[in-house]
Amino acid sequence: MGMTMTQKILAAHAGLDSVVAGQLIEASLDLVLGNDITAPVAIDEMTKFNLDRVFSQEKIALVMDHFTPCRDIKAAQACQKVRNFAHRHGIKHFFDVGDMGIEHCLLPEKGIVKAGDCIIGADSHTCTYGALGAFSTGVGSTDMAAGMVTGKAWFKVPGAIKFTLTGEFAPNVSGKDLILHIIGMIGVDGALYQSMEFCGPGVANVSMENRLTITNMAIEAGAKNGIFPVDELTIAYMQKAGVENYTAYEADSDAIYDREIEIDLRQVKPTVAFPHLPENTHTVDSIAENIVIDQVVIGSCTNGWYSDLEAAANVLRGNKVAPNVRCIIFPGTQQIYLDCVRNGLMEVFINAGCAVSTPTCGPCLGGHSGCLAQGERAVATTNRNFVGRMGHTESEIYLASPYVAAKAAIAGYLGAGIL
Amino acid sequence: MKAKGIVHKYGDNVDTDVIIPARHLNTTDPNELAKHCMEDIDAAFVARVQSGDVMVAGKNFGCGSSREHAPIAIKASGISCVIAESFARIFYRNAINIGLPIVESAAAAKAIANGETVEVDFTKGVVSAGGCEYEIAPFPPFLQNIIQAGGLLPAIQNS
Repeated sequence: MGMTMTQKILAAHAGLDSVVAGQLIEASLDLVLGNDITAPVAIDEMTKFNLDRVFSQEKIALVMDHFTPCRDIKAAQACQKVRNFAHRHGIKHFFDVGDMGIEHCLLPEKGIVKAGDCIIGADSHTCTYGALGAFSTGVGSTDMAAGMVTGKAWFKVPGAIKFTLTGEFAPNVSGKDLILHIIGMIGVDGALYQSMEFCGPGVANVSMENRLTITNMAIEAGAKNGIFPVDELTIAYMQKAGVENYTAYEADSDAIYDREIEIDLRQVKPTVAFPHLPENTHTVDSIAENIVIDQVVIGSCTNGWYSDLEAAANVLRGNKVAPNVRCIIFPGTQQIYLDCVRNGLMEVFINAGCAVSTPTCGPCLGGHSGCLAQGERAVATTNRNFVGRMGHTESEIYLASPYVAAKAAIAGYLGAGIL
Repeated sequence: MKAKGIVHKYGDNVDTDVIIPARHLNTTDPNELAKHCMEDIDAAFVARVQSGDVMVAGKNFGCGSSREHAPIAIKASGISCVIAESFARIFYRNAINIGLPIVESAAAAKAIANGETVEVDFTKGVVSAGGCEYEIAPFPPFLQNIIQAGGLLPAIQNS
């Protein structure tokens, strides 16, 4: 019986010839990831059960990105705990303030994740690395702790939804619009316990950074993972990142899928998700009444890529952010930040009246550097618009692409007229 | 093993941001986390909850962030079991890994009302409330081993 791409990676890492959906397996891990929120819980658990040891110094990544540069004393204590752990165990991929970036932008850029890998991360957006043709999924701190100790994790082999892409995006439409469109179609639990496997001739027309945005939000449909096939774009991306050895897996031609959906990329329109769920989607051209906003946030693990910031800069160039709007931009990594400086994007942002932050998860989860007050509304290129996600429980988040967010920043509102 | 208590009922898609808001994630102390459990969706929960009470919810419970602080906060608040129509997959793993009992039962989750008394008999695989009984499917043996050991790390320690 044929296997999906995800099933093939899992079978190989479990030392099995084949697996079927629903099977419980134990798989070897190529990387275990944690951050300054989730790693401290894992470290405490390891200490509590006398398991203070790691299976590999090279296959663990610890990224201090959520509450950093530390927003308060408790956050500083948490980072100190992880820093001490990393030094004590000689963890190679430890990233602290100054060289850290937002984890899911940083690891692909540094070539730490690659095609064919089996990866767990104590962060739900770990599913991002599926864009490179890896099996990659979010877990909690205890799974992370167990992974750091044993180099293994248990999985229930997922079934899959197959998304066949054709055509190419219209101008100013991006991966963010596609993934919001999909979540609007299948719902926030539409892919629960399943893989989202993307394929078809349209894949070649989707850039690597757009693919990373799409797989990043697979979790917002409840999916275990999102995954793209390995093609010329993937290989070129990995080569630039310094990856030497990778394995390209392909789904079998007779693989069984739970559901198949075809999407013509030419039909995808600029799309936003209204509060308070990512499935509450509307195309921008259908927003009849203008929604006055207070803040725009451009960046995050979803849309902190260089091409995202470039799309925003192209809109902002020569314009000013509306007087009623605070616009905050946070690049994904130090390298992306540097590229923005070198290519004049920073000047565009500052002239337009934007605040530019060092890479951090900060505002996305209401952590710091951009929390919302009661009654305020934000347009954000982030991934979640749950109640209270960015601050006050009576604030609202509208999820959008960098292009739409920048247009809204200038207009001062979200509505059909901004396009 | 049994759980028995008063029901605190919620709807669909209860996310981990409302179970424990990110602003409180600068601590790993279960008792500190419990003080803020559910505060963005039900500010009175912490004052109302009694040790042994049961949480009942709709579909996709625990969606969103992977924060294990969410099941930790629920467990430390005194909740003895969460019954839902379905669970988001990371929350499901986390609950098993830390030893928070969970039950997936659409029939029970739909029928049981807020404030009712519910009893869960894990050995028999039955949820009882309001004179009705609902059968629950047992966990696969692999997961039962983790649950019986008291969580994933004790299970590793034992092996």
